[in-house]
Amino acid sequence: MSESTLVAGQLFNGISVASILLLAALGLALSFGLMRVINMAHGEMLMLGGYLSYVSITLFGKGAGFLVGLLIAFVGTALFGALMELTLIRRLYGRPLDTLLATWGVSLILQQAARSSFGPVGVEVTAPGWLSGSLSLGGTALTGFALPAVRVFIIILAALVLAGMALILSRTRLGLLVRAVHQNRAMAEALGANTRLVDLAVFSLGTGIAGLAGAALALIAPVTPTVGQSYIVYAFLVVIVGGLGSLTGTLLAALLVGIFSAVTQIFTSVSVADVLLLVAVIVFLQFRPRGIVFARSRALEEA
Amino acid sequence: MKRCLAVQRLYSGMAAAALICSAVPAPSWAAAEGTVKVGVLHSLTGTMAISEVTVKNATLLAIDQINSAGGVLGKKIEPVVEDGASDPSMFAQKAQKLIQQDDVVTVFGGWTSASRKAMLPVFERFKGLLWYPVQFEGNECSPDIMYSGAQPNQQILPALQWAEQKGYKSIFLLGSDYVFPRTANLILKKHIEHDSGTVAGEEYVPLGGTDFSAVINKIKVAKPQIIFSTLNGDSNVSFFKQMAAAGLPSAKLPVMSFSIAEQEAKSIGPSLLEGSYAAWNYFQSINDPANKKFVAAYQAKYPGSPVDDPMAHGYLDVYAWAAAVKKAGSFDIEKVRKAASTLAFSDIDMGETKFASNQSLVQTAYVGQVLPSGQFKILWQSKAPVDPVPYDPLSFPGKTCVL
Repeated sequence: MSESTLVAGQLFNGISVASILLLAALGLALSFGLMRVINMAHGEMLMLGGYLSYVSITLFGKGAGFLVGLLIAFVGTALFGALMELTLIRRLYGRPLDTLLATWGVSLILQQAARSSFGPVGVEVTAPGWLSGSLSLGGTALTGFALPAVRVFIIILAALVLAGMALILSRTRLGLLVRAVHQNRAMAEALGANTRLVDLAVFSLGTGIAGLAGAALALIAPVTPTVGQSYIVYAFLVVIVGGLGSLTGTLLAALLVGIFSAVTQIFTSVSVADVLLLVAVIVFLQFRPRGIVFARSRALEEA
Repeated sequence: MKRCLAVQRLYSGMAAAALICSAVPAPSWAAAEGTVKVGVLHSLTGTMAISEVTVKNATLLAIDQINSAGGVLGKKIEPVVEDGASDPSMFAQKAQKLIQQDDVVTVFGGWTSASRKAMLPVFERFKGLLWYPVQFEGNECSPDIMYSGAQPNQQILPALQWAEQKGYKSIFLLGSDYVFPRTANLILKKHIEHDSGTVAGEEYVPLGGTDFSAVINKIKVAKPQIIFSTLNGDSNVSFFKQMAAAGLPSAKLPVMSFSIAEQEAKSIGPSLLEGSYAAWNYFQSINDPANKKFVAAYQAKYPGSPVDDPMAHGYLDVYAWAAAVKKAGSFDIEKVRKAASTLAFSDIDMGETKFASNQSLVQTAYVGQVLPSGQFKILWQSKAPVDPVPYDPLSFPGKTCVL
């Protein structure tokens, strides 16, 4: 394998990392991007998804259990998100700093709950047989670089979730309401939109997607009580760099961050690449403080 | 009981003490003349708790066993357990509390190098003796610590020797980004070059890092024959999962880990690790009557729980201390310290071990392979117990440890 395959392989890895970041960030793009809720428990939603996937695999076996687990993780965390919205978040709209503290508390409670019910050591989630192989692309720049099936699966899943969210936001009645409420809450309310219901739906959809992401990411990462902490910073980073309230921005930011870190890792170590990435983000935000895609709306003007 | 002892100290020498004390229902050995306090200082909360709680359990088991066999110099050992909370400054605080407030005669504890480095000045200043149970990067030499965990020349270099015997010439060094992996790899590089092998690559990932795509890509380009891994904690789960996904399971590209023992194998998942190697100075599977007794006693108390190298050292430390006290005929720290480094092999009933004059343990090195059960099959062991060398002569020439 030559240097050129290293570069080609890193480009694929960049897209793979981007898809992981995208999955981790999409739910946050809804709760933080659209609703301004600084959900510090977002990482724990991913963690919950991982554990639900583990439970499903234990119940239904490795092959079917994983697929069923994706569904269970989505529904389970969406329900938990709904509970969180009804009991806590609902009382804190318009007070982002309070949501930060309250959801941080929720995240600590969830970590301890996972520790108490599943033990402090992680649980085992491994890829089902049909995902454990790799695809090889002969005759291209990637010759000799086997594409891990798990990573290809995560890229496809991220694309599907993104497409699904874009469709919901642009083509459905719910999406119309969400956009209306986002652009001008008072006017939407005056025109008869049930904003409370919309808030509930958006927040639980966001947590549900995080759960789904957590179940998928369990294939390549550990499932432990504290695993959420390793996603949360990057999820916020992607949403902020992308620009609040824009799915296109979130996608572009994930791609940018993923490929930037993969390419810098050709020349440096993982630690240095992380430093370079954060420096690049700080510099970038100096020039575009509102992110890649600047969504102009009344809500943003007020914020 | 605590109050009884405090009162007794206040009125020491007064006849009233015995009266106050006898009014409190307590075990007969609780009277101060009959007990001696030792500190047990590990992280019982926080990220390190997973590993350290089991060492604490093994330490307390040894104390219980010695007590039920009659104690040391006619006194029962009373452990004072403190929580270092995975925080080095908390370790320093608690160490000082144990020495000054609780008047312990010695302390068993510590895990991370950061916690040991934080406690060292406390033990130096207030004159205490710490028994440290975990393998570490060496490069330290203090009269106030008994180092029972392996020095680099007792774990890492024997593993290299084994790999070279097996014909692995090209080695990739991978580690978490902190002091132990960096120092271990520094020493390894010197020795690999000295033995005319090749270092195929060297990579570090932040502690807790979960993305190994680039590292694995670099490994594929470098084409090493074996990977020496000093990755710590959950990063191992991501690493082994992503290696398998990339078509490089341990059967294809062997991995030798220095931070995966029975406990970690259980939490990472033996199926991911199967076939990979580890180097330690103790495995649960060691076929030795003393070890079988230890494992049986531990599992009688904690059913189903695996036993590993740091636990065995935590257990051994208590027995070594007791043997040193007997030899010195006193609990005095200075006398115990001197006696500890002149014990004979037969004084500690845990295989062929004793402390060298530099206060590190002389011990056998083993290489094991992970089985589907999460246990290790022992493949190799050093011909004789290896003398500890705190400063590697190739990497740090001219530095020696003389106490």
